[in-house]
Amino acid sequence: MEVLELARWQFGITTVYHFLMVPLTIGLSLLVAGMQTAWVRTGNERYYKMTKFWGKLLLINFAMGVVTGIVQEFQFGMAWSAYSRFVGDVFGAPLAMEGLVAFFVESTFLGLWIFGWDKLPRKVHLACAWAFSLATMASAYFILAANSWMQHPVGIVMDEGRPRLTSIWAVLTNNTTLAAFPHTIAGAFAVAATFLVGIGAWHLWKKSDEEGVWRSSLKLGTWVGVVAFGVLAISGDIQGKLMFEQQPMKMAAAEALCHTEEPAAFSVFAIGDVTRPDCENVKSITVPALLSFLAHNDFSSEVKGIQDLVPMYQEKYGTNYPVDPRLGELSGKPIDYVPALPVTYWGFRLMIGFGAISAGLGLLMLWLTRGGRVPRGRWFPVTALAGIATPFLANSFGWIFTEMGRQPFVVVPNPSGVDGVWMFTAQAVSASTPGEILTSLIALTTVYGLLACVEVYLIRKYVRGGVAGVMPAKTDDGALAFAY
Amino acid sequence: METLWFCLIALLWLGYLFLEGFDFGVGMLLPFLGRDNTERRVMINTIGPVWDGNEVWLLVAGGATFAAFPGWYAALFSAAYLPLTLFLVALIGRGVAFEYRGKVDSERWRKVWDAVIFVGSWVAALGVGLIIATTVTGLPIDAAGDRVGSPFAAIRLETLLGALAIAGYALVHGAIFVALKTEGEIRERARRTALKISPIALLPLVALLLHVAGVWALPVLVFAGLALWRLWVGREGQAFAFMGLAVAATVTVLFASLYPNVLPSTLDPAYSLTVAGAASSPYTLMVMTWVAAFGTPAVLIYQGWTYWVFRKRIGVQHIPAAH
Repeated sequence: MEVLELARWQFGITTVYHFLMVPLTIGLSLLVAGMQTAWVRTGNERYYKMTKFWGKLLLINFAMGVVTGIVQEFQFGMAWSAYSRFVGDVFGAPLAMEGLVAFFVESTFLGLWIFGWDKLPRKVHLACAWAFSLATMASAYFILAANSWMQHPVGIVMDEGRPRLTSIWAVLTNNTTLAAFPHTIAGAFAVAATFLVGIGAWHLWKKSDEEGVWRSSLKLGTWVGVVAFGVLAISGDIQGKLMFEQQPMKMAAAEALCHTEEPAAFSVFAIGDVTRPDCENVKSITVPALLSFLAHNDFSSEVKGIQDLVPMYQEKYGTNYPVDPRLGELSGKPIDYVPALPVTYWGFRLMIGFGAISAGLGLLMLWLTRGGRVPRGRWFPVTALAGIATPFLANSFGWIFTEMGRQPFVVVPNPSGVDGVWMFTAQAVSASTPGEILTSLIALTTVYGLLACVEVYLIRKYVRGGVAGVMPAKTDDGALAFAY
Repeated sequence: METLWFCLIALLWLGYLFLEGFDFGVGMLLPFLGRDNTERRVMINTIGPVWDGNEVWLLVAGGATFAAFPGWYAALFSAAYLPLTLFLVALIGRGVAFEYRGKVDSERWRKVWDAVIFVGSWVAALGVGLIIATTVTGLPIDAAGDRVGSPFAAIRLETLLGALAIAGYALVHGAIFVALKTEGEIRERARRTALKISPIALLPLVALLLHVAGVWALPVLVFAGLALWRLWVGREGQAFAFMGLAVAATVTVLFASLYPNVLPSTLDPAYSLTVAGAASSPYTLMVMTWVAAFGTPAVLIYQGWTYWVFRKRIGVQHIPAAH
């Protein structure tokens, strides 16, 4: 394999993996801060137990998010040095801000929270919980600002062949970021919510001690999940409409829409081969005119298809890659502007499908456990626990869709922005040897695989242990030890 | 403005080496100073609340280099690819190990994570030293900033000396930190260990500085000497502070000898990346300056407060029996 493919696999694997931890951390830390607030305000022991139980699971997950995040920051320079040189003037700023403004707060106050239970006044300790949970959101904002700039570059001029930052404000208030942020945060809450629902329902079924803890958790999870799904749908719709303007090819690829249609139908499910940009052999169940509405809020509008977009892209951004030995096999070859259609088409549908299942499942669980009821069949805990996977899958497919959908670009041209600011993924990689990237790919994948087993094992252990398993132990001198 | 940012990045590295230096050291000394599980728990708890915050200094140093000197970030990180990979794996391992070690009550489980902390801390400390020595002594980079030749170009005698220098410093710094933060037998053991190992452990650092900067190695030698003297008389706090000055002098000397380059080319001085050549635009640097002007003091205040909250010494009596 070539450096490009290896580096892409590595980025894909490490990023999807990192983003399994991140949404659970973001969603759960805010919910735990909320639980602790309820305890501090009411003095109700139930909320204390909830804080301790969910807090423990949060910490197990937090550690993994932190350590896999280091790789994220380093691999731009390591494997994508040409990209780093090209965009450094703009892209580095939000990353550095994330570290300085958000990540410092997160890790410092998390340490204070873990070890500070018996050292800090109750309200100060609570403030630490809010500090690190809000900082996780701030982190997400800066990272999304950086990512959105790659999807839709703004706030720049072209100077000596490189984009030069002219307005940091434009980068931080990019409309792509403003739409992506609520969508991503709601996705994070959906993950945490389903986590609460699944584990809460399992404990109710097991008739574990502290029934009140599990009922409250289930109820909290359900309502958070429902609200999150609402925000996801609305923000997703806004994002979609922006993307029809900003990245028409991505949205055409999301629909595997080959020919321009007016009005355009939304494909619910396709049978056959969606890989071909000429749409032969595809039968699709469609909702008439829905895609036109999704794209432009108008049931009769035109939506451009792949076959009409390709010549437009060729005219604007060229038909062939430049002749450059760094491009390897692709040097001088025609540019393929169509993203991998099965990935974009199915990724988009799986994102929506799994998201809807996770919200529906929460409501179902709440209804099944209404008024103190608990279904006795084995199907009940099995469904609840399996449901935990659905928002994780929805998040992963969403990101895979949006990142694969912008190929062959790593920096997508802004159709109404500065001329000349775009970069093909093939031009972005380092001048490394394939052996180097392969080594790190194998090393990181192995380590990540092992750690995934450890994390799942620990989470299972502490879930089974229930509330009793997370209460602090007494030390010899009578002080409570809150530590690792 | 570029020079200011060069100094700021040196400052971030200094913060990183001063802070994570001792938590590396604690990990590197874990099996030597911690005779049994309870003592090892004591050692880990001295850095428990702070190691993660310490590590962020590395992330910010990396992020700030990306934002202020993209050319430097791209050239150094891609050219030293394999050592960095090893370094990252070590950081991942030890980070997870701190958090997971106490989560299962089993002797075998703790042994495994203790080993990960030990190996991870050694590899990470050596790795940081190697990277810093690499950027100071240079790499075979061409006019585009890309490495020419072997993936192992960053592994040379002088960079290996840098690796040993930082690892040796971390050992001494970590031992002094344990002496400062614990009480009872382990405190005395840590103090004696620091005194015993320092003549050998600090040797590579002195050698590196002599090699890079000649007589400018002297201030570092003086501060380290003062640190050991204060430790000898039992003033751990002052010893720790002098080690801080020693590492500050080290970073100053290394980065001053590097300036105005950020990454020299060993092929041709004309290819060397310079402060002016690798920097971002003035506007970006100005934005980053404002962020740093407000961000850095805040970080110093709340991280300082953390150390204040956990200022008490820890002893074996603070560890619950079950863990």
